[in-house]
Amino acid sequence: MFTYILKRILYVIPIGLAVSLVCFSLVFLAPGDPLSAILPPDATTELIERLKADYGFDKPLPVQFGKWVLRAAQGDLGTSIATGRPVNSEIAKAISNTFMLAMFACGIGFSFGLVFGFVAGYVRNTWLDKVVTGIAVTGVSLPHYWLGMVMVIIFAVLLDWLPAMGAGAGGSDAWAWDWEHVRFLVLPAVTLSFIPMGIVTRTTRAVVAEILNQEFVQALRAKGMDSLGVFKHVVKNAAPTLLAVMGIQLGYLLGGSILVETVFSWPGTGFLLNTAIFQRDLPLLQGTILFLAMFFVVLNVLVDILQSIFDPRIRR
Amino acid sequence: MHHPVSRLAVLGLVAALTTPLALAQGTLRIGMTAADIPATTSQPDSGFEGNRFTGWTMFDALTMWDLSSAEKPSTVIPGLAESWAVDAKDKTKWIFKLRKGAKFHDGTDVNADAIVFNFEKVLKKDAPHYDARLVGQTLPRMPTLSGAKKIDDYTVEVASSEPDSFLPINLTNLFMASPTAWAKTKSWTEFAKAPVGSGPWKFVRLVPRERLEMERYAGYWNKARVPKAEKLVLMPMPEGNTRVNALLSGQVDWIEAPPSDTMAQLKSRGYQITSNPYPHTWPWQFSFVEGHPTANLKVRQAMNLAIDRDGIRRLLGFQALPAKGVVPPGHPWYGNPKFDIKYDPEQAKKLLAEAGYGPGKPLKVKVQISASGSGQMQPLAMNEFMQQNLKAVGVDVEFDVLVWETLFNNWRVGSKDPKSNGAHAINVSFATQDPFFAFARFYDSRMVAPRSVNWGWVQDPEMDKLVAGARGEFDAKKRDIAIGKLHERVVDQAAMLFVVHDTGPRALSSKVKGFVQSKNWFQDLSTAYIQ
Repeated sequence: MFTYILKRILYVIPIGLAVSLVCFSLVFLAPGDPLSAILPPDATTELIERLKADYGFDKPLPVQFGKWVLRAAQGDLGTSIATGRPVNSEIAKAISNTFMLAMFACGIGFSFGLVFGFVAGYVRNTWLDKVVTGIAVTGVSLPHYWLGMVMVIIFAVLLDWLPAMGAGAGGSDAWAWDWEHVRFLVLPAVTLSFIPMGIVTRTTRAVVAEILNQEFVQALRAKGMDSLGVFKHVVKNAAPTLLAVMGIQLGYLLGGSILVETVFSWPGTGFLLNTAIFQRDLPLLQGTILFLAMFFVVLNVLVDILQSIFDPRIRR
Repeated sequence: MHHPVSRLAVLGLVAALTTPLALAQGTLRIGMTAADIPATTSQPDSGFEGNRFTGWTMFDALTMWDLSSAEKPSTVIPGLAESWAVDAKDKTKWIFKLRKGAKFHDGTDVNADAIVFNFEKVLKKDAPHYDARLVGQTLPRMPTLSGAKKIDDYTVEVASSEPDSFLPINLTNLFMASPTAWAKTKSWTEFAKAPVGSGPWKFVRLVPRERLEMERYAGYWNKARVPKAEKLVLMPMPEGNTRVNALLSGQVDWIEAPPSDTMAQLKSRGYQITSNPYPHTWPWQFSFVEGHPTANLKVRQAMNLAIDRDGIRRLLGFQALPAKGVVPPGHPWYGNPKFDIKYDPEQAKKLLAEAGYGPGKPLKVKVQISASGSGQMQPLAMNEFMQQNLKAVGVDVEFDVLVWETLFNNWRVGSKDPKSNGAHAINVSFATQDPFFAFARFYDSRMVAPRSVNWGWVQDPEMDKLVAGARGEFDAKKRDIAIGKLHERVVDQAAMLFVVHDTGPRALSSKVKGFVQSKNWFQDLSTAYIQ
């Protein structure tokens, strides 16, 4: 077990290096100037060259990469060109907002997804199964930014029940766990929960149906085990696959949704990335992508370890 | 959200009507198009929207814009400087007499030391408060500025690298921050967390990417511009529909640039739509490079006559003014051009025939455009409309569609550069409230790449003479006449394909009163209040 975990953790190093190289180089492939965040569009080439030297963008790319990786390895992701604020603190604030949103969305999406999936798996090919599958397919197929806009029109504009955008009347700095603030979470969280709900429903249905068809389930029933007992076995056998799927979905949500966060002006990582892209704020863009990518890698390692606990065969 | 027409509001109204001076009222909440709060370092980013919201609110400049009227063109007026004059013997030196009694929000005086400090932040490389980030936002807007020194406590001498009568207008872009506030942390990044200026609004609180809160500065030197509202809250909302929904659900009272397809709905629900043409021009800038068909005057004139500008206005929900030059007729710089820019396809065909083009030899033109971008309005739809107009008179237009940032890079490198891909015109809209921006950078032969954006390599000795004449004329009225002469030449030479001027639409809740939308990129938020 220990060797397995150690191996998984060691894999993170080469993956991390590769990810950082991709993060660093990708943003240079995009058009535009790295200094456009602080230069008006009609700045002269002379001034641009002067500022490039000031910011070190005149150095060869491998040199810039080397410096960046060394600093990143020490936990310093640099300073935003546009705001002059440290990238670390920008990400920390955004990730906490996205984390809050993702947890709510997962709570909603996974609970409904699991319930729907188990129900549909148990009652396959009945009308109930078709209804549940229909909901799941709709959830996966609807573009969520469109869904967000529709929900805003219904619940914020027409019914005036919930706010249309933002993270609290005083901004996320003044967040409190009361209804006055939590109501700002409802629409973006419900919007974001549709896709994980659909995916978890479909996966659960398929896995449960497959397990129920296996011989060991028939054997358990033949031995006289009651439904609850059988259900426990089904859950245990379905868990590794479901955990993997939910882990990936959680990863996606924690990465922040650029579209949904922009529609709701939710100050999370998606909104941060959107700003960084539009301002071509390279340090912020590279730092955020690297952080999110590494977060995804670490999350996957955790899921692998969890899976191996549930299903020891994976370790072999 | 609540829309309370409570007893309190009625009492407030009665009080306002019965007291000689209405008390400050309400919190004005504005949804901006920017994706972040523009920099609060005293030199905002995010283009002129930045200057509008984090520049002119908390800060002042030596010279300012008159934003008091919706009718007359907005001109430069005294700000922190009460008066200024060029040195009669050496026209590279200006004397600015400062206003006495103006104070920063921290109570310190706005005096010559403070003003020189602010010049040094972008000019003096060895000064501790010099900052490359501030330089980038400032110097491109005042290309000849070279120095400043204190003469006495309320007199400052400002120097330019060459005689330049545009300098006082350029200086509207240099905002004055409190040196005492900067000295507390000796860092502009820290200063930006609690900025201190001398403008009509005082900083209260900043939540990056979410909101900037300000309150009225009762001690503002210009009593006519002490804000009528108690508080001002700015929120970035880059997505057009998000802004509209925030307005409709009562989370903001005012939004910038509502999408044109939402105007009818907003009006029908009782929201005010304000607009006013401002110094913005949406053109195709022609290449004058030898061998390019657009180097021919008749071709340029023909293309100007081929465009149905009313059709484009319809496309934009009438939020545009047809262009007859860089500035509209009636503007002090309009002059008296002979070439009348209008829709006359028959005359366009005739001119093209005279230039040697016709059914047997169609004119082919390549234009670099963008699919989106700040100030570009609706570039794809507008350009396709023009493509059809031009096709009707026998001009085949091919588009080279680029990402906004790439288009800007190409703008800087000029039409001769391989990156411009042999384009004969480029579509970049621009601000025209400053003669350097409106004319000098496009038509002065020295302004070709890499110095500035004379993209088309205009090398016209007559225009050079007119630019130099306007720049060297230090009497404001005579300078306007000189710029008018330059404008005549620009229009008569059809130096650009002039299309429309934007009207800067805004949507306001019916509770917002007192706002006057001036003919400017900037607006005075002091007069607006909530009732």
